[in-house]
Amino acid sequence: MYAVEMHGITKQFKNVLANSNVDLMVRQGEIHSLLGENGAGKSTLMNILYGMYAPTDGSIQVFGKPVEIENPLKAIGLGIAMVHQHFMLIEPLTVAENVVLGYEPKKKGCFDFKKAVAQVEALSKQYGLAVDPRERVENLSVGTKQRVEILKALYRQAEILILDEPTAVLTPQEVTDLFRVLRGLKESGKTIIIITHKLKETLELADTVTILRKGEVVTSLPTASVDEAKLAELMVGRIVAFETEKKEVAGEHKVVMALRGATVVKDRRNVLDNVSLEIRSGEILGIAGVEGNGQTELIDVLCGLEKLHGGAILLDGEQLRSKSVTPRAMLEAGVGHIPEDRGKRGYVGSFTIAENIVLGYHRNKAFSKAGLINLKARDEFANKVSQQYDVRMDSIRDTVGSLSGGNQQKVIIGRVFAQDPKVIIAAQPTRGVDIGAIEYIHAELIKMRDAGKAILLISADLEELTKLSDNIAVLYAGRIVDKRKANEYDERTLGALMTGHAAGGEEASKEREAQ
Amino acid sequence: MQDVLSVVTSLVAGSIRVSIPIAFAALGGTLSERSGIINMGLEGTMLIGAFFGAVGAYYTGSAWLGLLTAMFAGALCGLLHGILTIRFKCEHVLAGVGINVLASGLTVVLLQMIWQTKGKSAEVASFSNITVPGINQVPFLKDILGQVSPLLILLALSVLGVWFLLYRTVFGLRARVIGENPEAAGSMGINVYRTQYICVILCGVLAAIGGAYMSIGDIHMFSRDMVSGRGFIALAVVIFGGWHPVGAWLGSLLFGLAQSLQYRLQTGSIPPQLIQMLPYVATLIVLVFARGGKRRAPAAEGRHYYAKGEQ
Repeated sequence: MYAVEMHGITKQFKNVLANSNVDLMVRQGEIHSLLGENGAGKSTLMNILYGMYAPTDGSIQVFGKPVEIENPLKAIGLGIAMVHQHFMLIEPLTVAENVVLGYEPKKKGCFDFKKAVAQVEALSKQYGLAVDPRERVENLSVGTKQRVEILKALYRQAEILILDEPTAVLTPQEVTDLFRVLRGLKESGKTIIIITHKLKETLELADTVTILRKGEVVTSLPTASVDEAKLAELMVGRIVAFETEKKEVAGEHKVVMALRGATVVKDRRNVLDNVSLEIRSGEILGIAGVEGNGQTELIDVLCGLEKLHGGAILLDGEQLRSKSVTPRAMLEAGVGHIPEDRGKRGYVGSFTIAENIVLGYHRNKAFSKAGLINLKARDEFANKVSQQYDVRMDSIRDTVGSLSGGNQQKVIIGRVFAQDPKVIIAAQPTRGVDIGAIEYIHAELIKMRDAGKAILLISADLEELTKLSDNIAVLYAGRIVDKRKANEYDERTLGALMTGHAAGGEEASKEREAQ
Repeated sequence: MQDVLSVVTSLVAGSIRVSIPIAFAALGGTLSERSGIINMGLEGTMLIGAFFGAVGAYYTGSAWLGLLTAMFAGALCGLLHGILTIRFKCEHVLAGVGINVLASGLTVVLLQMIWQTKGKSAEVASFSNITVPGINQVPFLKDILGQVSPLLILLALSVLGVWFLLYRTVFGLRARVIGENPEAAGSMGINVYRTQYICVILCGVLAAIGGAYMSIGDIHMFSRDMVSGRGFIALAVVIFGGWHPVGAWLGSLLFGLAQSLQYRLQTGSIPPQLIQMLPYVATLIVLVFARGGKRRAPAAEGRHYYAKGEQ
């Protein structure tokens, strides 16, 4: 029995064919992974199933019955629920209010908050999703917020649950928890579809996988019959190199940039607390940590965007005077910055590639004289860099906003690397970037390291961190709680350290057993 | 001693009186902003309310029917603002400014047509104060609340009503959700537009009552541009009151105090022009400090929501 059958689904946007003749068959009671790179059309397909988009062509059957799903309300009525990647939660409201929204229990025409709390409590017990219904959503961790989203779906009596990139923002422990919850839901007969580009996740969790590439189905098969390499090949359309060649860089690794007891206070809290670290030439220092534990402040301090309240920054062994630490000074001193949120700090979307590629370096004599920009020099430079860094575009006159995530990131990386920086602060360099571009960016980072650059890598992706880094420091609650050679860590220990558990991961494993 | 006491009581009584129109408008603004619509047109809506309150009272001879006329006109202002911002995705602030300009021009033109004057309307029926039984026996308090405008009682009921609507009904929960995240509300099958229309129309009605209080509650005539900035003060009060109906009322009282102090101080030796600035300076100061508060604006305030298929 199939819970969902989608036949010949085609979706044409203005000038993009997002889905082309896609068939998707999801068995009742299974976990089905919809695997593909960014832009492969996974989300579009699921938005069609959830009634957010109308398909240009094709038909849908839910539990064997042909249906027209015009809007999310209709989808909910059919027992389909979707947990979006960006949670649809109302931060200032309580968990209970968020869950019952749209189907509120009433008493004498008024909203019955007590009953809502009781219902949510019962539901969270039934499915083992520990959440306090009276807590305000803004006080919850990301993992708990996701549980609230799942509760929302269950409250609406969903039989088919769609999760869009559910692990993108979770810590390893939270992922373990989520998988446990999802397996439990499967056991109670629910059908689950996860949208993902992660191969490990697919193999670990799903029963069946359907692979999409460029809007078309490549194949659909049981996960038991494939391995990671095969999946990657199917997804990307060519053989993917998983191992990045990395040899120790010979010679002396001298400290290029360092922090001594760096402290930053925000809202009377030490968001960076007595942090000391050394970024050495020819090395990549990885920073592991759950978001919000001081990474952003660390980046900002090193780039001159945030003032220190205590401690010092050293560049080439010399302590910098705090007054002289400005974003411009750091840039000119050779500290290159790949920002964690490229949309916010990395580029101006409505500016062209040529403009963006010199942004921040526009004062360089090569690009401007007496306040006037040398357009010819700039364009030549832009052409050269975008070719060198493999930016896929029609022309340097394209706006950066019109590029794919991977190409946007290449513009930024090209801009920074082309200036031959001494130090590179690379924050989430491959976030929201597809596999091909990830491979490329990783190789470029290693190249810079081998060329003797000092690199600080901040990443939420532990695989990336352990693969690229020479050393890893773990940041928790603004402090460096552990620091070792990268090959001495595995994901488990890192995950435990990141969430404030002792080095051996003992507490963490106890906690898991207790559950 | 007796003198000081009488000065204080008359100051308090004056503050309450002066705060009534601002409070109504701020209450409306609170409701509208909680559903995500900024109503910069409060000033104009109040003016329309003041004018049509007078017109209604003039033709019917009844202040109550004047009030109803004002409420109806206010609802139309709210509807207009809704159509501009919700249907046509006009910038909220611009739509509001448009309503203010429209109101200012329209009232002058109609003033000329009805009363053949550019300044003041004829004398019209107005509300007379009612005696509150019980309180009019209590010393001191009787000088403040012994004799009150029926609109003050209506205001108290409205504060309670808006609070109840926002925090105790399903409609209010949904309105607050829309003000925070209309896309989430839409995905839950909530009719975002209908909810916003209702809120913005109610906002128009409330602001118009505030305006009507000025023409037929406090005095008994309409005079050109008589609202003179109270609608903008109300906008500040919405923020100062933390987007909460009770906060809006308390905030209005503060501005009432500033205004009523201004009247008192004008008898002194300080240049009156300086004193007249008081309420506006208070607005600026309060806005600077209100930023630090715990409460924050509805997250989706002033943003346009596109329903499915609309672009």
